[in-house]
Amino acid sequence: MSALLEPPVRAEYELAPLARTEPAQHAIASRRGVFDAGWLRKALMLIVLAVLWEAVARWQNNDLLLPGFVATAKAFYDGVITGELPGYVGVSLWVLVQGYAAGILGAFLLTSLAVSTRFGRDLLETLTAMFNPLPAIALLPLALLWFGLGKGSLIFVLMHSVMWPLALNTYAGFRSVPETLRMAGRNYGLGGVGLVFQILIPAALPAILSGLKIGWAFAWRTLIAAELVFGSTSGQGGLGWYIFQSRNELYTDKVFAGLAMVIIIGLLVENIVFQTVEKLTIRRWGMQR
Amino acid sequence: MPVFPFQSGTPEPLLRATGVTIDYATAGTFVRATENVSFDVHEGDRFVLLGPSGCGKSTLLKTVGGFITPTAGTLTLAGHRISAPGPDRIVVFQEFDQLPPWKTVKQNVMFPMLVAGVAKPEAARRAIDWLAKVGLAAFADAYPHMLSGGMKARVAIARALAMQPKILLMDEPFAALDALTRRKMQEELQTLWEEMRFTMLFVTHSIEEALVVGNRILLLSPHPGRVRAELNSHQFGLHSAGSVEFQAATARIHGLLFGAEPVTAPALSPAQVPA
Repeated sequence: MSALLEPPVRAEYELAPLARTEPAQHAIASRRGVFDAGWLRKALMLIVLAVLWEAVARWQNNDLLLPGFVATAKAFYDGVITGELPGYVGVSLWVLVQGYAAGILGAFLLTSLAVSTRFGRDLLETLTAMFNPLPAIALLPLALLWFGLGKGSLIFVLMHSVMWPLALNTYAGFRSVPETLRMAGRNYGLGGVGLVFQILIPAALPAILSGLKIGWAFAWRTLIAAELVFGSTSGQGGLGWYIFQSRNELYTDKVFAGLAMVIIIGLLVENIVFQTVEKLTIRRWGMQR
Repeated sequence: MPVFPFQSGTPEPLLRATGVTIDYATAGTFVRATENVSFDVHEGDRFVLLGPSGCGKSTLLKTVGGFITPTAGTLTLAGHRISAPGPDRIVVFQEFDQLPPWKTVKQNVMFPMLVAGVAKPEAARRAIDWLAKVGLAAFADAYPHMLSGGMKARVAIARALAMQPKILLMDEPFAALDALTRRKMQEELQTLWEEMRFTMLFVTHSIEEALVVGNRILLLSPHPGRVRAELNSHQFGLHSAGSVEFQAATARIHGLLFGAEPVTAPALSPAQVPA
């Protein structure tokens, strides 16, 4: 009596080759429910939140402390129609674009130096270690001292909020470019600037884009905070100033409308600008899911 | 038997390696990859560098590619000393990420030509032409991430050959593929060579692949890489695999590399691979 397990020997068989058939795609499609669409679920959640907000406001019944959703929406609508709100947004965004561009330029110069020389690498590592954890807004008092009350100070602070995270991410992205890809580039005779633009930057694009996103979020926050502190540049205020002024004049519904605008712009840039760029580049190329 | 150096009567070689010794630095120490390696590659050769891991065959290929500078000895291509990477020696790597993912298949094939200054319409024409030769014309606008491993290898080969390099350098190009795809690729490479008669230097650790793909094999022994033998394999093709002569050549190489005749038949003989 052997205890060894022996699988049974079975008969062999062959089937005639089958013609190719199209996979049944409709079977999966028909099973998709309405709530599989992520935007719909999120929209529903927002509606629930708005209803709750309105209910709490009505119960509280004090427009000075907590205006409801309807009052805020009305203030928002009026602000947009009169052109008051878009004017403030325009001022803020124009400053932001300049600071953002300055930050990108700074990050680019710093990273170029870091990939080409050892001194540059040390410089980047030291400076990012020092400045990345420092909130850019903490530099505002100093900036005001150096550049005065105006756009210069804002741009200086914005540059700080963009430059360090972007430089750090770009540099990490460059370093993680596969050696094979670098060698392929060098094989075709690319070197220096050519290698950076034709191989390193596109290969590191996922990291660069994530740096740009972090930089954008930092910059937007920093700008609104800075505008709250001193706001008007050359007689024209930004969105932060609008919020601050509205509070001083006890237009609480306008404060809420201003805050809503800050959130909406943040969402638009994140979900439309960056998502579109990602869809057209790294997701299309299979570099990110 | 007249051995190294060069027999009289043969034409000037395209690639000549003379006493090549390569050291590379690891943490604190130098490791000798190859020592005093010499060989000649003639035009139209399918020259194979064969040896177990640690014999420096890939390092040698990268040195021919110009990525590494030898410690001693010289490498000349068509009489000119190799000192830097250049588009006259296109490398096909083993890794799939050799294709930039942000370029379509066609753009990938055009890439080295555009860098080398070939006009865009001409580069596009050549790219389409070579993609058709490797059977990927229908995938010209696909991105690399949509392709299978074998298709990526085909794109890399088309990209290399479209450049019309003086020599094609292949660094274990099929090692990351499954056995069936590898066999298919060897077949296609053979067909391409029959048609175009390019020169190639092919690195592999598979005795069978060396015999099937190459016409001449340089055997390297490991630690450090030194020449063990240089053999002919032009008499073997894909269809001689499994023949008595093929088995004998496999056993001979096995003996040269590992010191003794294999006890059983070589494990990787194609007759045993389920088709």
